[in-house]
Amino acid sequence: MTETRAALTEMTLARMKEFYREPGAVFWAFGFPVLLAVALGIAFRNRPPDPARVGVATASDVLWLQAALATPEIKVVLTGTPAEVEAAAREGKVDLVVSVAAGRALSYRYDADNSAGHLARLVVDNALQRAAGRLDALESADQTVHEPGSRYIDYLMPGIIGMNVMGSSMWGIGYTIVWERKKRLLKRLVATPMRRSSYLLSYLLSRLIFLIVEVAALLLFAYFVFDVTIQGSLFGVAVVALLGLLGFSGLSLLVASRVQSIEAVTGWMNLAMLPMWLLSGSFFSYERFPEIIHPLVRLLPLTAINDGLRAIMSRGAALSAVVPEMVVLALWAVLSFLVALKIFRWE
Amino acid sequence: MSSVTEQRAPTGDAIVCRGLVKRYADVVAVAGIDLNVRRGECFGLLGPNGAGKTTTIEILEGLKTPDEGEILLLGRAWGKGRDRELREAIGIALQETEIAERLTVEEIVRLFRSLYAKGRGIDETIRLVDLEPKRKTPFLKLSGGQRQRLALACALVGHPEILFLDEPTTGLDPQARHRMWEVVTEFKAKGGTVLLTTHYMDEAARLCDRLAIIDHGKIIAAGTPKALVADLQADQIIEFEPTAAFAADGLATLPGVHAASRKDGHYVLRVQRMGLALPALLAAVEKGGAGIKALATHEPTLEDVFVHLTGRALRDD
Ligand SMILES: Nc1ncnc2c1ncn2[C@@H]1O[C@H](COP(=O)(O)OP(=O)(O)O)[C@@H](O)[C@H]1O
Ligand SMILES: [Mg+2]
Repeated sequence: MTETRAALTEMTLARMKEFYREPGAVFWAFGFPVLLAVALGIAFRNRPPDPARVGVATASDVLWLQAALATPEIKVVLTGTPAEVEAAAREGKVDLVVSVAAGRALSYRYDADNSAGHLARLVVDNALQRAAGRLDALESADQTVHEPGSRYIDYLMPGIIGMNVMGSSMWGIGYTIVWERKKRLLKRLVATPMRRSSYLLSYLLSRLIFLIVEVAALLLFAYFVFDVTIQGSLFGVAVVALLGLLGFSGLSLLVASRVQSIEAVTGWMNLAMLPMWLLSGSFFSYERFPEIIHPLVRLLPLTAINDGLRAIMSRGAALSAVVPEMVVLALWAVLSFLVALKIFRWE
Repeated sequence: MSSVTEQRAPTGDAIVCRGLVKRYADVVAVAGIDLNVRRGECFGLLGPNGAGKTTTIEILEGLKTPDEGEILLLGRAWGKGRDRELREAIGIALQETEIAERLTVEEIVRLFRSLYAKGRGIDETIRLVDLEPKRKTPFLKLSGGQRQRLALACALVGHPEILFLDEPTTGLDPQARHRMWEVVTEFKAKGGTVLLTTHYMDEAARLCDRLAIIDHGKIIAAGTPKALVADLQADQIIEFEPTAAFAADGLATLPGVHAASRKDGHYVLRVQRMGLALPALLAAVEKGGAGIKALATHEPTLEDVFVHLTGRALRDD
């Protein structure tokens, strides 16, 4: 090994060693986002539509009816007296009650406010009418597709990556700076010929290396476990993630620029991130919030990275389509760096 | 107050400062300090807690800006666009620093070495402070003394001309202190200049060629440890406690006694001739209607100098 290396290299290496020797930090950077993706991915996974749950209320034994309802789209939960079937409907065990009066007169009973009931009525009526000999007036053919990038997990993964870039930049930089200031290591370093720019750059470089590893790990995980593929270019993902890193690093530096205690920086960090956790659409689209706040929400760096990554990963957008998001991130980076450097407390 | 300029810096002086003042909201931490530290000497700032030692040394190190006053380090001033050059030439150990917890001794020394354009080898530096067995030990697992020596290694690794040490042995056991002293002595023997602060009078006496005694932000006495003690004009100090109060006005004029003072219930006599003074003292106490409850004599030290100058003890613990 060479005896001495450039200060920037040495400081970057030191930061990386400190990071991976801290088991807690490694878990929050890698384990936690993966766990989150697994939990949400399983809870909200897409499934084929459930069969319509039907209760048949009939006094007599109607074999033709049983036969007509024997399709995968329909599940006859029970057949019984009207009272029995009504009870099952009230308990929510069936979506639709089919009653057959004498002869072939049918009646359907279902909850007008429940879409499952409406759906069940359509499916059941269709099946019964056909069985009774109705002929379709028009010919039709079904073509089903699986749109890539349209599942919830496809929506979720860019959000998890965005959250991860935010969390690891904010904590990895801001928290560590305040720790070093409090323990007077910052002061000790300033007492050497170290260039202050090297100090700050060492954070960016070490974060960049971790960012590559973290994002790659999440993408691979998403691909192998949930079959999430990148519709656009990997390069585009890298560019947006890098801009995100710069934006959050600037924000983090700003938050940490004057704070003296760990407690205070923890509070400020959470305060800075809380609006983004709520509003930036990591887990659910911010379209649900009132229209009027959307422009503001889009100015948040987490929204910008989420939207940018989502456009590229799920919709296959080109980089040119996410210029507004990239501009937002770049502005956060430049403005917060400038302000932070102005007010930064080195002692 | 004379002014120092880059041109008129006395050659041979490593550190010159004039009229340093530093005020905080509720206290004047440094109230006008002048110093001349010669190249190759070990200069001490001796004073109790809160005297202004750390503030002074950090101003000299360029880590704090003074409200008033001028400083020249190796003939150069801070803030004139050549600070990095100055930083190359000095090594600093702060009063307390926690260096990167999870890095090992070797990694930390290597990190600090990388910050200097030139300097010592990593191995040499670690050997210098006697930390070879702890090379691979993370900072977190070092003892207090080992941490202090690591801090010293970080100060030495850039091969400095001036070494600044702020209370380098506070809180260390005697063995660890001796090891620190050895390293400092060795640095000085090779021509290095040392400025250190301490509130241990034995450390000041042992290490320093010259020192300044500081109290309330001011220098109250300065000189070699020998000269400072000699100024007491005493060969011995007698401290005694009488069994009861007695008329003690005449103590200072007893034969062989240079001066006497009273400090909460017991008396301190600066004695030039013990053979005359002791019998005279015993007689005077008896005549005053009291007895001796406790009596001790010792050679005068810097502690006595401080007590003499301020009426207080140097150490409050
Ligand atoms: N940052 C500060 N803010 C306010 N007062 C301070 C600060 N630093 C030191 N002081 C005060 O200045 C005085 C001198 O402190 P210091 O230089 O640390 O003394 P020493 O090192 O001799 O113990 C003390 O009264 C201390 O409380
Ligand atoms: Mg101090």
